[in-house]
Amino acid sequence: MTVAPHVRLANDVAAQFHHLPPDQAAAKVAQHLRMFWDPRMRAKLLSTVDAGGTERDDLDPLAVAAAEQLSLSAPGRPSAR
Amino acid sequence: MTLIKEPDLGTPAVESSTVAEVEVEVDGMPVRVPAGTSVMRAAALVGVDIPRLCATDSMDAFGSCRLCLVEVDGAKGTPASCTTPCADGMRVRTQTPRLEKLRRGVMELYISDHPLDCLTCSANGDCELQDMAGVVGLREVRYGFDGENHLDAPKDTSNPYFDFDPSKCIVCSRCVRACSDIQGTFALTIEGRGFDSKVAAGMAEPFMESECVSCGACVQACPTATLQERSVVELGMPTRSVLTTCAYCGVGCSFKAELRGDQVVRMVPYKDGGANEGHSCVKGRFAFGYATHPDRVLRPLLRERITDPWREVPWAEAIGHTARRLKEIQAEHGRGAIGGITSSRCTNEEVYVVQKMVRAAFGNNNVDTCARVCHSPTGYGLKQTFGTSAGTQDFRSVDAADVIVVIGANPTDGHPVFASRMKRRLRAGAKLVVIDPRRIDLVRSPHVEAAHHLQLAPGTNVAVVNAMAHVVVTEGLVARDFVAQRCEGFQEWAAFIADEQHSPEHLEPVTGVPAATLRAAARLYAGGPNSAIYYGLGVTEHSQGSTMVMGMANLAMATGNIGRDGVGVNPLRGQNNVQGSCDMGSFPHELPGYRHVSDDDVRGLYEHLWGAPILPEPGLRIPNMFDAALDGSFKAIYVQGEDLAQSDPNTQHVTAALRAMDLVVVQDLFLNETAKYAHVFLPGTSFLEKDGTFTNAERRINRVRPVMAPKTGKHEWQIVCELAQAMGYPMRYDDAAQIMDEVALTTPTFAGVSFAHLDRVGSVQWPCNDAAPDGTPIMHRDGFVRGRGAFVLTAYVSTQERSTRRYPLILTTGRILSQYNVGSQTRRTANVVWHEEDVLEIHPHDAEVRGISDGDTVQLASRVGHTTLRARIVDRMPVGVVYTTFHHPVTGANVVTTEHSDWATNCPEYKVTAVQVSLGRSSAAVQEADPSRLVSAAGE
Repeated sequence: MTVAPHVRLANDVAAQFHHLPPDQAAAKVAQHLRMFWDPRMRAKLLSTVDAGGTERDDLDPLAVAAAEQLSLSAPGRPSAR
Repeated sequence: MTLIKEPDLGTPAVESSTVAEVEVEVDGMPVRVPAGTSVMRAAALVGVDIPRLCATDSMDAFGSCRLCLVEVDGAKGTPASCTTPCADGMRVRTQTPRLEKLRRGVMELYISDHPLDCLTCSANGDCELQDMAGVVGLREVRYGFDGENHLDAPKDTSNPYFDFDPSKCIVCSRCVRACSDIQGTFALTIEGRGFDSKVAAGMAEPFMESECVSCGACVQACPTATLQERSVVELGMPTRSVLTTCAYCGVGCSFKAELRGDQVVRMVPYKDGGANEGHSCVKGRFAFGYATHPDRVLRPLLRERITDPWREVPWAEAIGHTARRLKEIQAEHGRGAIGGITSSRCTNEEVYVVQKMVRAAFGNNNVDTCARVCHSPTGYGLKQTFGTSAGTQDFRSVDAADVIVVIGANPTDGHPVFASRMKRRLRAGAKLVVIDPRRIDLVRSPHVEAAHHLQLAPGTNVAVVNAMAHVVVTEGLVARDFVAQRCEGFQEWAAFIADEQHSPEHLEPVTGVPAATLRAAARLYAGGPNSAIYYGLGVTEHSQGSTMVMGMANLAMATGNIGRDGVGVNPLRGQNNVQGSCDMGSFPHELPGYRHVSDDDVRGLYEHLWGAPILPEPGLRIPNMFDAALDGSFKAIYVQGEDLAQSDPNTQHVTAALRAMDLVVVQDLFLNETAKYAHVFLPGTSFLEKDGTFTNAERRINRVRPVMAPKTGKHEWQIVCELAQAMGYPMRYDDAAQIMDEVALTTPTFAGVSFAHLDRVGSVQWPCNDAAPDGTPIMHRDGFVRGRGAFVLTAYVSTQERSTRRYPLILTTGRILSQYNVGSQTRRTANVVWHEEDVLEIHPHDAEVRGISDGDTVQLASRVGHTTLRARIVDRMPVGVVYTTFHHPVTGANVVTTEHSDWATNCPEYKVTAVQVSLGRSSAAVQEADPSRLVSAAGE
């Protein structure tokens, strides 16, 4: 089974923070995605989380929690597109 | 410019900071020198060159030629000045009738057994024997020339780069000592006794059959034409020199390019080069022929479709077409649909203008660099822990190390000149720990043996470094004062790492490293007193590459091994300008100087200077670009000096992405594998044509000076500027120096750097600014760049790439001495005689159970593809692990590597791929992708 790149990469990040308490871990993952991910990749992640379904099921729950934190961040940054 | 002749003071300097000075008088001239300095050197310091043949200041004195005799008042006899140390009050005479007679007599003996062919000899004008014969006033040879001699000794021409003509040898042993003392290979010896003494390679074999690694140290040391570059024999003596920097590995050796006209005759390592101090390897010394290889493309090429033939076009058409297509694609698909990749083989100035073009002319942050696939985790890990993305030491620092830990690096092959320096220190008594699945040469080589070799399972680096830290914390080995004064986050980290889950015993089944061995290695490292870590891509190219870098930084901080000579955390960078390309803002999230694009102040600085807005959000990384190309949101790429299709993992995925783009622009020397998918080819320049700077692994900024005009008619930075201008963004510089001036103006760590400053002082290590005008050889001396060093929790998370019943072996990749990366340079030199093809190293057990014999063609298959190559059965590999290189496109090792990458940086996990090896098919089916994988990749 092939996992979409943004799902795989988000899971890779999330896997590194499972040793932390969930809230702290989600914040760390969200911060990493904010600092290092192109906005279109973050948008895809948010879209996957919003859409639900099997692709969301492929996501590490910690990545989902991080995405939810991202969606709460203040908008207004210019898009790369 | 004429030939640069470096002064030779006869014997090495004595470290002056550790000894008292003495005063001596040489021919009536007083001179103060550190105690222990030779009379020969003291004399040279006051301008008195004592005749000599066996002495040179790159090696310890040997005292064999008997030409450098002197008289010392109050002493008997005529001691050799090279081996006689100065004593306070000593009065030396270097020219007396007795000495002159003795020297002439010695010279007569030499010449009586030497060909009298000076006028036709290749070393005519560059021969110390010839010079000394003149200096001592040789006028006759009383012994005649008919006695027993060596004039018929056969010449050894087995090496492609230099000849060995023993008929001209004076048996001064300089070559033997260079091979042992400088290079550390011990391939040469003096065979026989007395008159029968002669230089021999290996067991009196031809050079090519011996252990010789063709570093050129013996050729450099030879005072006659006995060991002579073939190019000098064929082309004649060079007439001028240009000082420049090697374009191969991250050591960044300084060389004198010696030329006749604009033809390079030879590359001679520069003694004053801070990185190499006169030493070289087979690549930098000899493998420069690719620069003038007929495969070079010198005119721009265009084609509409990648199936069309190339069409040679004028520069204006190529640049105009490229700019128009880039703008059309942006108009159709959005500003973020295009991007660029910089090269670690290009100069800082060439890289800087590319990232500027992307940010200011393309209007996005879709710029990345080939460092993405090698040392991007170094940037991330050291930034998080120490505050800046660079190694902590200069190379010279290893001379003060008591314990050297080499992790995931093979310096004898990958960074040979630094390896020679490291081996000198190891021979002098430093202890060595090697952490590597493969038994690299350093584990046991002449007069060097690792105290511990931690032969870990691939992918378990973090478990090993955590276990070492566990030992440090639980056995009371923490440098508590250092940690208390300099670091933060220790208590939380110490509690984390002290947990039993990180103990060597608990992790032994995971790492495969015996707990007792790991504990001993950790204790050795912690005990130092000066312990240094050197690491390579065996650390970074893992799914936890960044975590491992932070783990090593934790270990160094916990033991206080940061901020002084002999310690540190030191990345051995793969390519010559990896450090520089990262410094110059090549990453999509960082502007030059490692400042995040979200920093309004920094962005404002550039926006003001460049007159263009800069996006505050990170752009796409290289692997993200490929994914975006396959999902249709990324349509055009400009690639500077990087062969994505050969060097990046999962070749099928890469080529599918390249095929999916509307425009691929390649700027390179050769039509490489990536160019097969390109629509525009812009010819680049070799290092011999470039004008700029490279920054090596120790942050040393070195000048790259052009020895000839660009063969393409344009410098690479000019091409980029013209492309930006054609897109409507004004970007003009008069020369490369102006580009560096802009870097210095905007980047605090480069504030003191300019071409003029570099020309004045040779090189500097950044930070170079008002606080450190001469640069900074060792970082974090009084405090970390980020203030306090940060301990980071480094949980071990195993890679998702696991061996299975179908793919039971683990493949790891690397490089060898004679070849360089994708081989586009070294494959176009005589270096191919050492490595005609990539081979698969496999343990005898793994080979036997598969019915594989040494030399068999085997199929190497992973879940993403397969290739065929020849097997080499070696016990340096552990059972279950195989190894190959990626220097040859016909093998295409990256056909089998996967999409797994470092979690923080997406640096590919080249070092862990589950594979199966079986007796091969015909070579007609060399590389194939798994078709299902291609479909799924395209759909990703």
